[in-house]
Formats: sequence, C-alpha cells, structure tokens
Amino acid sequence: MGKNLNDIRADFPILDQQVNDEPLVYLDNAATTQKPKAVVEALTHYYYNDNANVHRGVHTLAERATEDFEAAREKVRAFINARSTKEVLFTRGTTTSLNWIAASYGEANITVGDEIVISYMEHHSNLVPWQQLALRKQATLKYIKMNADGTLDMADAQQQITDKTKIVAIAQVSNVLGVVNPIKELAKLAHQHGAVMVADGAQSLPNMPVDVQDLDCDFLAFSGHKMLGPTGIGGLYAKEDLLNAMEPIEFGGEMIDFVNLFDSSWSELPWKFEAGTPDISGAIGLGAAIDYLNQFGMAAVQEHEQKLVNYVLPKLLAIDGLTVYGPHDPAKHTGVIAFNLEGLHPHDLATGLDMEGVAVRAGHHCAQPLMKYLNVPATARASFYIYNTKADADRLVDSIVATKEFFKNGTI
Amino acid sequence: MALSKLDNLYRQVILDHSAHPHHHGHLQQATNEIELRNPTCGDVLQLEVAVADGKISDVAFSGDGCTISQASASMMTDAVIGKTPAEAEQMVQVFSEMIIGDKPNLDLTVLGDASILEGVAKFPARIKCATLAWKALNNALTGDDGKGMAHLLSSHEE
Ligand SMILES: Cc1ncc(COP(=O)(O)O)c(C=O)c1O
Repeated sequence: MGKNLNDIRADFPILDQQVNDEPLVYLDNAATTQKPKAVVEALTHYYYNDNANVHRGVHTLAERATEDFEAAREKVRAFINARSTKEVLFTRGTTTSLNWIAASYGEANITVGDEIVISYMEHHSNLVPWQQLALRKQATLKYIKMNADGTLDMADAQQQITDKTKIVAIAQVSNVLGVVNPIKELAKLAHQHGAVMVADGAQSLPNMPVDVQDLDCDFLAFSGHKMLGPTGIGGLYAKEDLLNAMEPIEFGGEMIDFVNLFDSSWSELPWKFEAGTPDISGAIGLGAAIDYLNQFGMAAVQEHEQKLVNYVLPKLLAIDGLTVYGPHDPAKHTGVIAFNLEGLHPHDLATGLDMEGVAVRAGHHCAQPLMKYLNVPATARASFYIYNTKADADRLVDSIVATKEFFKNGTI
Repeated sequence: MALSKLDNLYRQVILDHSAHPHHHGHLQQATNEIELRNPTCGDVLQLEVAVADGKISDVAFSGDGCTISQASASMMTDAVIGKTPAEAEQMVQVFSEMIIGDKPNLDLTVLGDASILEGVAKFPARIKCATLAWKALNNALTGDDGKGMAHLLSSHEE
C-alpha cells in the first residue's frame, strides 16, 4: 500500500490522447477498464521470456510458465480470501463462470418445481443462464424487486426465497444502478432455506474489498478485464466441497488423471475444470493487475471512487432535466452512474459527449429486463475508476450541459 | 469546441423530422408489417407498409429510438410512398451505399430529404441508427408476407 492514487495517470498511456480534438476522458470503466503499463509489460515479459505450455513439460521454460500461471492463481486466491487455490478456477470471465455453474451445479441439482431466485437488476449473463436452466428443468425463475431508490428490496427477498429455492444468484454491485447488494445477508437467507448463493462479482471485485469467507457465498464469478487485467481471463470461486461434487463442463487435456479406453478419471481441483491449454498470459496479466491494485489496497480504491461520487453526483442531480437512476444519496452509490436527459435519447447524448472527448456508454447495458422495470428504452452511463479525477467529473458535467444546450437551441 | 462537429450530424432538417415525424402511427390496412430491433442500443421500430396496384400506397412507423433513427424513419416514409417495391429496394441500396460513404459520386436525388443523412457516414457508431428504418423497409418488402420475416427478426424480444 502507500502508492498514491492521485498520481497514476502516467501508468495508463492510453489516457493521454485526444479524441475529437479534445483530451480523452474515459468513463466507460464498467464496460472495461484500461490497462496499466505493469499489466501490458507482464504480458510482454511472459511472451519474450517464459512462454511454454503449462503442466506438461520437464524443460525450464515449461516450469517457469507453470510457476507464473499458478502464482497468478495464488494472487487471485489472496485477493478474494479463498481458503485454498483449489477453490479458484480460471475461466474466460464472468459470463463463462456463471454458465459453468448453471451447466454443472444447476444441471445436477435442479429439478421440476425447484426455484431459482435472481433480481430485476441482473446483467444478462446472470439471468439468461438461469432462465434457460429453469426452462430445461421446468423450474421456476423468480425475481426480487427493488426499492424506489434502486436498492434491493430485502423484504421481498424474504418472500421470494423459500424452501423450494435451490439457487440464489445476485450481482454484488449493479452495473447500472450503482448499488451494492447485501450478499452476506442474502447468503444467510439462502442457506437457511438450503439454497446456494451465487454472487456476480463482475462490478464488485474491481471496486471494493471482497472476502468470500466473510460473505459466505458458495460461488463468485468475475472478469479480469474490468479490474485492469487483459480481456479473455476471469475466474470462478466455489467452495471446495461443491467443486468436488460437481462434474466438469469440458473434457480433454489438462483435466484428466487417467484415461482408459472406455472411462477416465479427473485430475484434482482446480485443474479438473480447466480442460485444454488455458489462457496462460491472461492469467499472468490478471496477476499483475492484482499486484497493481494491491499497491493501494482495495479500501483506498473504494474510497477514491466514493470521493468522486460525492463530488459528481450532486452536480449531476443539479442539471435541470437530468434523471439519475439508483440512489441519489452518494453514500449508497458506487462509481457507476446511469442517467437520462429529458427529451434526448441517450444515444444522441453519448454522441454529444464523445464529440467533447468524454467516453460514456449508451444503451441497455445488457440489462433489458431492468430497462423495462425502470420503464426506459435505454440510458447513458458514466462509470469512474481509479485513474479518474475531479477534473474528469467536471468535464462530464460540462459536456452534458453543453450537449443539452446544443439540442435545445437547435443548430445551423 | 468539438461539439460544433455535431452540426454535421444533427442538421436542422434532421432535428425537425425527429421532433415532428411524418407518417408516425399505424395503418388501417397494412399488407406488410415488421418489427426490427437494434439489440445494441434497445431501439425498436415497427413498420407497416401498404402495397396497392403495384405501388407503395402508404407507410407508417412507430417505436422507440434516438434522433437519428426517428428522423431516418420519417424521411424514409416520405421518400418511398408512391414508389414501386422495386424502386424502393433500389433506394435502400442507394441509402446504404451513401451511409457506408465510400462511393463519392452517388446520385442521391431519389432519396429526397433522406440524403441529408449523408453526414452520418462520419459517425460510424451511429450508422446502425440511420439504417434501421431502411433495413426494416427492405425486410418488409422482401419477406414473403412480412409477418413471417418479422417473427424471425424479432428474436431479441424478451
Ligand atoms: C454485473 C455484470 N455481470 C456480468 C458481466 C459480464 O462480464 P463479461 O462480459 O466479462 O463476461 C458484466 C459486464 O459486462 C457485469 O457488469
């Protein structure tokens, strides 16, 4: 810890550029974050010096590659405080992790009449796998409602989670509403009814300390690219006894113990689930991203974002005609802020901001049921990360106001 | 200020069409109907077309979308009424070539007001917004009965 978050922009060369003749302000971090030099250099270093396949060679490079790959797994383990690296599987990212849970645990444990409980604010990747599982098994998919401020309605959660519930799957942090959901409380509720708790950590791992033992969730899915790591790598945490009982999703090299002509046995955890050559460089890059974040500590990362939210949210709320979704109390809002300007489609707003060099997202944010729930076709969304500053927040606010004026006054 | 570049995209005619779209609503008797979605942004467009005596006698659209997609739909309806389906398909062709922006000497007169959307070519992220209505027209005209096609193309519905 100790490195100062206020002076890290030089670590991110991509931020130093002009977009549409204006200095870039990157506020699409909930989609993917930029990568520090340390991460890009870890990839280069691996390919220039250590590249070999893992777990298969006796030669020195193979040994080094395997060591680096497994060291990255240990970094992930420590980052989320899993009990052992047996509980940490490398995947392609959150989507793959959630699909694995549905395809393996879900396939084996869900039957006719069982319930799967999710919420209206889920990303499609924590919704469609459960919806399809429910359809396959004739199970019931249930949705927990939100309170008026966008926080999860825990009274409704009490109603929806019953003794028929087998799986509860909820995002720890919403990618639209910027709320933090009480995974620990939900896990307790799920366990009281004999269900497992699946946490979608895609938006929480990058932004706050996450301790899977404290949360007591059974599964946690996340993506490396949303936390400074490369695309194509992510992880699935699961409790060891669950993983032991689960069947692998894919079969092939790396995951086997003995292969006979007509049957095979699986290798130990975590390799039992990792068939084929894994994304070795991706895992190493993710390890470097975790090292980078650990220089500050996740508490400091969270505090940095909270300061920006405290600064920008009141300014956004003060813009006439601007609606902010999710809580208006900055203390309850993470650095993901979705909004709409009255009378202007979010696409037009985002194009206006882009002309000012400000990168935000516009659309349904892979949450169509949530858009329906909010009764909007789409929203704009700004999402802040560690390298963003108050000056970035000012640029956002100023360019929203300028875009609003542009469309109010018509044009040429 | 870079915002001034927006003028190239949002010309006054475009803003007018979007604020007061032509042929917005529904037809009494449509011969071809389709619903198209732009899954990346959530835009939805319903298009109804009436073909009588070999000509497009009327068109109406409804749905949700941004300034560009609404203006484009409005301009498209103005441009195609009275044309034969074959002429309309030719216009779809000209419009997509214009939007792609790699043919300098295109004759855009057939497109009417819609030719002003030429500027969208410089905003690659918005090309899909401009083409949605024209794509819908094309699919409505070429689909067997429109409805069969509509069913196929609305796979993004919940
Ligand atoms: C809450 C949430 N869940 C899941 C995902 C899916 O992540 P990925 O596309 O990396 O698999 C995302 C990111 O888009 C997200 O924000």
